[in-house]
Amino acid sequence: MTGVSGVSVPRIVAAGDAALVVEFEARIDPAINARAIALADAIQSAALEGVRDVVPTYRSVAVYFDPLRTDYDTLVKRVEHEALAPQKEPSSARAPIRVPVCYGGACGPDLPGVAAFAGVSEEDVIRAHSAGTYRVFMLGFVPGFAYMGTVDSRIAMPRHATPRVRVPLGSVGIAGVQTGIYPAETPGGWQLIGRTPVKPFDPQRPEPFLLQAGDTVQFYAISREEFEQWPSA
Amino acid sequence: MAIRVVKPGMLTTVQDAGRWGYQARGVPVAGPMDLLSHRVGNALVGNDRAAATLEITLLGPELEFESERVVAVTGAEFDLALDGKPARINAPFLVASGSHLQFLARKKGTRAYLAISGGVATPVVLGSRATHLVSAMGGYEGRALRAGDRVTLGQSAAGATSAHALEEPVVALPEGGATLRVLPGPQDDYFAPDALDVLQSAPYVVGANSDRMGFRLDGPRLTHARGADIISDATPLGVLQVPASGLPILLMADRQTTGGYPIVATVISADMSMAGQLGPGDRITFAACTPREAMSALIAQERALMALGA
Repeated sequence: MTGVSGVSVPRIVAAGDAALVVEFEARIDPAINARAIALADAIQSAALEGVRDVVPTYRSVAVYFDPLRTDYDTLVKRVEHEALAPQKEPSSARAPIRVPVCYGGACGPDLPGVAAFAGVSEEDVIRAHSAGTYRVFMLGFVPGFAYMGTVDSRIAMPRHATPRVRVPLGSVGIAGVQTGIYPAETPGGWQLIGRTPVKPFDPQRPEPFLLQAGDTVQFYAISREEFEQWPSA
Repeated sequence: MAIRVVKPGMLTTVQDAGRWGYQARGVPVAGPMDLLSHRVGNALVGNDRAAATLEITLLGPELEFESERVVAVTGAEFDLALDGKPARINAPFLVASGSHLQFLARKKGTRAYLAISGGVATPVVLGSRATHLVSAMGGYEGRALRAGDRVTLGQSAAGATSAHALEEPVVALPEGGATLRVLPGPQDDYFAPDALDVLQSAPYVVGANSDRMGFRLDGPRLTHARGADIISDATPLGVLQVPASGLPILLMADRQTTGGYPIVATVISADMSMAGQLGPGDRITFAACTPREAMSALIAQERALMALGA
């Protein structure tokens, strides 16, 4: 479907009786993701009666509502209105967030494996990973976990078939063209190439989350010593 | 002002109405598996509906009260003993300072709620006291209670409750199983055209490895039309997510915020408290309904709650 302005109209579907999902094209694409995030921001700012949570993903926006305080039809009209309104500059646009990473060794036990997969040296993997500017497409899995892309295709090694039972806090991993930082000690299957001393999530901080959807991230290498001595925020 | 945990029970956690507003940052909602019983418990002791209660699973705790409180136990049916003497469920009663409240045999249902006047007052994390076990957030140090814990209580307005005993529990407790009504979607087009019929063709059994995140179900297998993987999408409460096995997983209170499997149907809000009373081995019959039926059921339920002051 195409609207008058040539912008494709998203599909809105009910997800049970207390949520709706606005679906854009089923592709992982920064432009589609930017539309989803902009729509989520617009719905959030509109502070609609009965809306409990607004969640952008790669290519959709979920709107959670209290069906006793609003209703599906009313919300669909409001959401369509916001979806067709000219896209504002994302209010969330921030300068790239620079994340220090201690690559390899004990910090990144899978670095040799990724180098072997790519047929390059460990240094080349580090250069390729830290050269990229990554987009935060969405957060999910555990509090503060950001799905970032797009990783250089040469080092885009698939995740482990069997996940590790415990991935250390701050581990930086690759899963295909995605990269991410583990914000807590959890099970995980991503290829661990390094570790950051920065916490992606800390509920005690005034701003608990390092990242939000739509952010851009750059990684830079630090030594093991710098990692050990990094001042905890 | 606290209660001391003498015996923790199998899985006793602090829960309030849930941690809303942070799913965009990957923070799960958590909250009570049986929201209705939690609300009714709070009403019976004169608490605000935002107050935190203890959710008790299968095997109940023994607790010592360090200050006088009005309490009520709702949800799953347990025998209770207050200093060794029987006490009633679904009714407010006074617990004196120094008294012991014991949960004994469980008769029906899976999860009970202990509401205490003044509420449980563990620290608020991101706007909520709800425990999310996997991310170790909220509640009592982000975990289930253990023997020796001292759980802080809020200020209790003495004698605030004018409530009386319930004539019957607000959530009809399932005996061996329940019928849960579903609305199709949001990704029913990812399945073979007969998927909704297959889903309703025979009961599913709640698997042993089911918990607050979700119930793994065994029963008729559903066929995907376009593979079992989707680009990660939001996962509301009550969705039936279907991985490659074709066996649905019913996502519950502690579910992750997003998931990568298509969702065939979603249990209606009015039936989710009943779902929260199911446990391993229980059977679920799914029945498709219309959005109008879902809404009428929810309104009827809300009326019953309002009549109780919940």
